[in-house]
Formats: sequence, structure tokens, C-alpha cells
Amino acid sequence: MSSMLSEKFLIDNDGIQRFLVTINVNGIDYTRMVKANTVLVNFLRDELDLTGTKRGCEMGDCGSCTVLVDGKPMNSCLMLAVEAEGKQIITIEGVSTSENLDVLQEKFLEYGAIQCGYCSAGMILSAKALLTRNPHPTYEEVQEGISGNICRCTGYVNIIRAILAASGQEVENY
Amino acid sequence: MYLPDFDYYAPESVKGVSEMLLEREGSVILSGGTDLMTKMKNGLPVNGMAAPKALISLKNVHRMKKIEYVKGKGVVIGGAATCNDIAYSEILHERYNSVSGAAQSMAANQVRNAGTVAGNIVAAVPSADMPPILIALNAEAKLESAKGERVLPLEEVFAGPGRTVLERGEVLTEVVIPDQAMTGSAYFKYALRKAGALAVVGVAAALQMEGGVIKDIRVAFGAVGPVPMRAPKVEAFLKGKEATEDNLDAAADIARQECKPITDHRASEEYRRDMVGVFTKRAVKKAIAQGHN
Repeated sequence: MSSMLSEKFLIDNDGIQRFLVTINVNGIDYTRMVKANTVLVNFLRDELDLTGTKRGCEMGDCGSCTVLVDGKPMNSCLMLAVEAEGKQIITIEGVSTSENLDVLQEKFLEYGAIQCGYCSAGMILSAKALLTRNPHPTYEEVQEGISGNICRCTGYVNIIRAILAASGQEVENY
Repeated sequence: MYLPDFDYYAPESVKGVSEMLLEREGSVILSGGTDLMTKMKNGLPVNGMAAPKALISLKNVHRMKKIEYVKGKGVVIGGAATCNDIAYSEILHERYNSVSGAAQSMAANQVRNAGTVAGNIVAAVPSADMPPILIALNAEAKLESAKGERVLPLEEVFAGPGRTVLERGEVLTEVVIPDQAMTGSAYFKYALRKAGALAVVGVAAALQMEGGVIKDIRVAFGAVGPVPMRAPKVEAFLKGKEATEDNLDAAADIARQECKPITDHRASEEYRRDMVGVFTKRAVKKAIAQGHN
């Protein structure tokens, strides 16, 4: 694999390596030529036009660029596209596998968990990972599960309620 | 925010990684990237270099990602095991849940899925959460290079803030928690938030109880000195003593004297000193009451 990778680059006229990478995003294999310094969030947004994934702090603090990498939530601002070669990425565009919204997306709308919406994509993917690992989380476990996602509008309460509701628990809607 | 250009290689073996590091001037290891990427984006120096010319990825070095129990040796944590690998490891839950807890206390989920134990060590940030509990448990670090290998007690890896004794071409491939007589261990982290915060104070203790007496004890502090540090005076005082409230209070006072904190934007020196005492007492109590849980 690595020998394949390390041999699979070209050096362009500018003297900079170009890599041919194949990354599976939302079930589709995309092959693109990238420089080593291409960060995954920029690959998704600029190369694939999947702009649901947001750039926020770009330092791994805010979580707005969260995607699932082989099922695990990770900050796509801290991962190089060449490092994502061969991995399965799920972005907000792929969180629902049918024509309908995912239950998390439904509940976020229903419970007023989206205000400006900038954190929502990352928030929903963190919640998705949490519910996959722990289908019936407590309030505190939801807080822990989304602790890497910063929201400046909602105060988190409605987000946590939406996630609890998506897990099938009865939650009063104010 | 864009990164400067650099070359990238992903060898399949530690030897390959080491050879690349030796061959290429200005090359550094890319493991989880949570520290390296943020430094490079901020234009901060990496290993004293303004901007690395080549990143050597550990992505394909699969043996460095394992956590396993090796009979007669102990728990072997691969250097590229992530913080969440450690937090969710069944082997560690059974043997040293305190280590899983320390990993769980770090940053947030997304960062724990990327950041690795070797990265947490070689970044040599004084407030790092993994070193104190690993030092308390007498862990060793295995450094491998194309030229050979050596094994050091973990506390000897640190040379100062952001500096280690690793030589060019050396890779921290394993952290080994040896089989031991210690009956309990605990790590307490005090931070300003429950997630996404660096330790203001970190205290770890590992001890062996016999009857009501502390037969052996190792105590390590984080975030209160230039490097993660042992507390030999606290250890010497408690060894052979009963864990009475009076003895623990006296040990806490020794801990307050023995640590070397500074004042910064997270806390003052005085506050850190006081908290080191509080958490030393709590860590010892927990290690006695709950074993390695």
C-alpha cells in the first residue's frame, strides 16, 4: 500500500509532489490528483463540492468540519487528503441513506436545534457516531458525545434534546 | 487556511520511517496530526524547524497501532494507538482502567480519534495527560531507529518543554506498562472545562497496599513543572506508612512543596501548588479504594 502510495506521485513543473488518491465519500469512490498539503475538508469542499462540511476554526477545536472516517468522528481540518486514501468518509450529505432525512436531521428541525446552522453538520455527525456506539445515551452521555462541537447560538439544550429524541426517548418539545 | 507545501511519504515499516527521517533533511513524523497540523497552520516551529520539508506518515505502520498484553512483559501500547483506542481498550479496562480514564479526559472525541499516545509523549507539552499515569505505572518507552533500538523509563524521554531525548531517526514505537506488584493506580486531572481543556494540574499515583500499609508508591505530576515529573519526596514519605488522614495531609503538603508550577493564563502558581496537594491526596485514596479502576 505505502510503496504504492509513495510511488504513486508525480512531480510537477513546480517541483511539488502530486498524488493520485481514491477516497470513498458517502459510498462513492472519488479519485483526484492532490498536493500533499491538501486538507480533507478542502478536498471535500473544493474538489467534490460537498460544501455541507464547514470550515470553522480549522484548528481542531470547534468541530464544524466533523466527518465520519471509517465510522469515527474526526476533524477533517486536521487530516490530509493523502492520509484519507482508502478510507470511508461520511459527510452530512451522506448521513441519510434514503430519500428522507435521517432521524437526527428530522429531530434537529423538530426541536429547534438549528439556528444559524453552521455547527449542525458536525453536530449531527458526532451524534450519529454516538448513537451508533450507544443507542440509548443519557443526557450526560450526549453532552460528552458532542463536547467536541461548539455551538454559539442554541446553548446546546435543544441540540441535546433533539439527540435524545432521535434515540427514541420521549422528550418534551417546548 | 492552507498549509505550506511539503513532501509526503508513507513507508510500511518502522525501519522505512526511520530511514526516511535520516535521509531527508527537515523531515518529521506525521502520526495523528492534531499537534503537527495546528503548529504548521499557525506557522510555529516543529522540532526547531520553521517549516518541515517532508512529512513521514505512520499510516501504514500497522504494528504501531496495536494494544496487546504480552505475557511476561506487560501491556504493550503501540505508539500510534489513538487516545480513543486507549480509552476503549478492553485490555486496559481490565488491567489499568486509570490509563483509559486519562486518555478519556483529553480534548474531545474527534481529537481523541486522531491523536496518538506517542504524539502525546513526544510533543512534550508539560500538561499532557498520558505521561503522569504512565510514569506512575513505571512505563517504558521503546525507541527504534534504522540503527538500533533502546528502551528508556518514560520519565527520561522528556528533556524540557517541547523537547525530548529522541535523536533524529528515532521513532517511539511502544509504551510498555510492565507487570507489577502495584495494587492500584489513579489519575486526577483538573481543567477549566470538562472537555477540550488542558490540565491545570494532573496528578497520578500507583501504589501497592499490604495490610493497611503503603508498601510501595509512585507519584507523578503533570502541568506543574517544565516536564512531567516524579515526586520522590512524597513517595519516600508515604512508603511504609498507613494511609491515615494525617499522613495523607502531610503528603499533600510535601507535594505542594515538591512541585514546580508557574503562573500562566490558566492558573496561578499558588493555586496550582494548592491543587497538587488536594489531588495527590485524592489520587492516593482512589488508588487504595478502587485498585486500578
